[in-house]
Amino acid sequence: MLEKITIQKSCTIEQHRIVVDDMLVWSSATDMPFSDFAKDAFHHLDIDYPKFYKMDALSKLAFLAAEYILRGEDKDELALVLANKSGSLDTDIKHQESIQDTENYYPRPATFVYTLANICAGEISIRHGLQTENAFFIAEEFPEETIFAYADYLLQSNKAKRVLCGWVEYFQEDYRALFYIF
Amino acid sequence: MTALKEELKRQIIEVLNLEDITPADIQDEEVLFGEGLGLDSIDALELIVLMDKTYGIKLSDPKKGRDIFQSVETMAAYISENRTK
Amino acid sequence: MTFDPIYIHGMNCVTPLGMDLLSNWTQLLMGNGGIIRHDVGRIKNSYVAKFISEEAAGLLTPVQDSTLLERMLFTAAKPIASKYVLTPRTALVLSTTKGNVSLLQDGRMADAQLNVLANKMAEALGFQTQPIVVSHACVSGLLALSVAKRLIQIGQYDDAVVLAGDVVSEFVVSGFQAFQAMSPFPCKPFDKDRAGVSLGEAAACVYVSKEKGEFKILGEAAINDANHISGPSRTGEGLVQSVLRAGREASIDIKDIDFISAHGTATLYNDEMEAVAFHRLGLQDVPIHSLKGYYGHTLGASGLLETVIALKAMQEEVLLPTLGFEELGVSQPVNIIREAGYRPLTRLLKTASGFGGSNAAMLVERCG
Repeated sequence: MLEKITIQKSCTIEQHRIVVDDMLVWSSATDMPFSDFAKDAFHHLDIDYPKFYKMDALSKLAFLAAEYILRGEDKDELALVLANKSGSLDTDIKHQESIQDTENYYPRPATFVYTLANICAGEISIRHGLQTENAFFIAEEFPEETIFAYADYLLQSNKAKRVLCGWVEYFQEDYRALFYIF
Repeated sequence: MTALKEELKRQIIEVLNLEDITPADIQDEEVLFGEGLGLDSIDALELIVLMDKTYGIKLSDPKKGRDIFQSVETMAAYISENRTK
Repeated sequence: MTFDPIYIHGMNCVTPLGMDLLSNWTQLLMGNGGIIRHDVGRIKNSYVAKFISEEAAGLLTPVQDSTLLERMLFTAAKPIASKYVLTPRTALVLSTTKGNVSLLQDGRMADAQLNVLANKMAEALGFQTQPIVVSHACVSGLLALSVAKRLIQIGQYDDAVVLAGDVVSEFVVSGFQAFQAMSPFPCKPFDKDRAGVSLGEAAACVYVSKEKGEFKILGEAAINDANHISGPSRTGEGLVQSVLRAGREASIDIKDIDFISAHGTATLYNDEMEAVAFHRLGLQDVPIHSLKGYYGHTLGASGLLETVIALKAMQEEVLLPTLGFEELGVSQPVNIIREAGYRPLTRLLKTASGFGGSNAAMLVERCG
C-alpha cells in the first residue's frame, strides 16, 4: 500500500546547511556551535517568535525544519509524525546534572519540560496551529517503513489530509533533521 | 534597592532567555506576566527557582508567587524583606 | 477507506498492588491503593506508588543485571508473549516516557537510550521484528495501542504485543517537584482539595490482532491542543477533538457509552480541563473514574494500565470508584464514581492527556 503516498516536499538540516527540495536555503560556517547556527537560521526567517529562544536544542531543530518546510503550505488537517534516536537525552543529561549535586540541587522547570521527546512536536503544533494527529517514535535509525505506513494510515483513514513527518535527532552537537510532507 | 532591581532585571533576562531585551527595556512597574513581557507559567516556576537559588527564599504557594512576581518593583520589595542570602 | 476492526485479546499488568492482573483486580475491589510515603533517591517523603524491595523480589529477571523497569516489563509481557505465536509479522510496540533514565546517575548514557531498552525486551521475549517505541509523554500508553491498531490495519503487521512501563525515579520526581505538581498527600482526582499528582510505577501489556476477540476497538484518535507545552488547554479542545474523532471512526453516538476511564491526574488544571471537555461533549452524566488514586500517575504506562483495568472491569461488570475523590472541585458538573457499582458494561471511553499538548481517546466495546 506504500506506493500510494508521494513526497510533496522535503527539508533537511545537517552540517549547518538547510536544504528545501534540493535547494540550499541557508548555511553557516560549520565550526560554530549548534546554538549559534540555530539563532542565525532563525533570524534569517525574519519572524517574531520569542519563544524560540526558550526551547532546547531538539525543539529548535524541529522548529526550524518545520518553519522552512511549511512556508507557503496549507496546514489544514496536517498531522505530525516524528522520530529520532536519542529522544530527549541531551536535555535529560542537563536535568540530571541539576539534581546530581545535593549541595547545588536546583532542578529547572524550563529544562525538565523538555525531557520529553514529543515536546518538540508540541512546539511545532503550537507555532502552526496544528490541532491534529501527533505521534513521536524512537528508533536506532529513521524507521522509514513504520513512519510511512503510519502516515499512509492517517491519510487513508481520513484522520489527516496531509502529513508532516520525519526524523529530528539532536545529541551533544550531533544533529540531523529530515522532514517530509506527504 | 535600585541595585537590586537592576540585578533582578539582568537575572530575569538570563534565566528566562529573553533574547533581544536589555535591562533598560524593563520598567520597574511593568507587568511581567500576561500583557507586559508576556511570560507564562513555566517562567513563573523559573522565577521561583531564582528566588530560592539566589536569595534563599522558598515559595511553595503558586498564588502567592503571582502577587510577588507582578513587577520588578514587587519582586525587589519582597526579596529585600525576606532574603536569607 | 474503512479497515478491518482490531481486537484486544490477552492482557496483563504488574504494579505495586500486584504481580498480575488478577491480584491487581482483587486489590482494586477491596479499595486498596498503592500510594504511600517513600524516599525516592535522595528525595525524602514523597507520596508515590512504588515497589518496595521485598515485593520487587517476585519480579522475573530477563537477563543478568536487569533494571527494575526491565524486570517489570518482562514480568508483564512474558505470559502474553508465551501465549501467542510471535511471527515475523508480529510487532512489539513499547511505550515509555523515560525508560532507564536513572542510568544517567552513573553516566551510562548509551544504556539510557529507549531503543536499547526496547531491543533488550524484544530479544528477551523472542520477537522477530524490530521493536517500535512510542514516547509521547503521558498519552504514550494509549497512543501505543492506537499505533499497533493502525499499523495492523494498514497491513504492516498481522498482530502486535503492546507493552508499556515507567518507574518512579529521582529524575522524574525532582522535575514534578520543580513544577510544584507533587501532591503533599495521596492524589485526589477531581476533588476540590486536590493539590497535584502522586507518581507511580507500573507495566502493562496487551495482545491485539484482527482475530475476533472479546474486546473490539471501535475508534481512536490523538489530537494535539496546539496551545502550551506544559499547561493543558483551558477549553479542552484537543481532548474534545480526540473523542469526537474516535466517535466518528466508531460510527456511534459518543453518549452511548457506559463509563469513562479518564486521565484524572489530580492537578488543578488537568482535571478542570477534562471536566470542561467532557461537559462540552455532553458526557456530564456518564460515570467517570480516574485510577490515579490507586496507582499514582504511571506516566507512559498509565494509558495502557488503565485500559487493561477498565477492560477487566467490563468483564467483571464493576464500575470502580475514584479513590481519593470526595467532593467535586471542577467548574463543570461531571459524574465522578464515588462507590463501586455493579452492572453490565459494554462500551468504554478511555482518554489521556499530557505534556506537549497531547491527548488521546479510544472507544472499546465488549463483544458478548
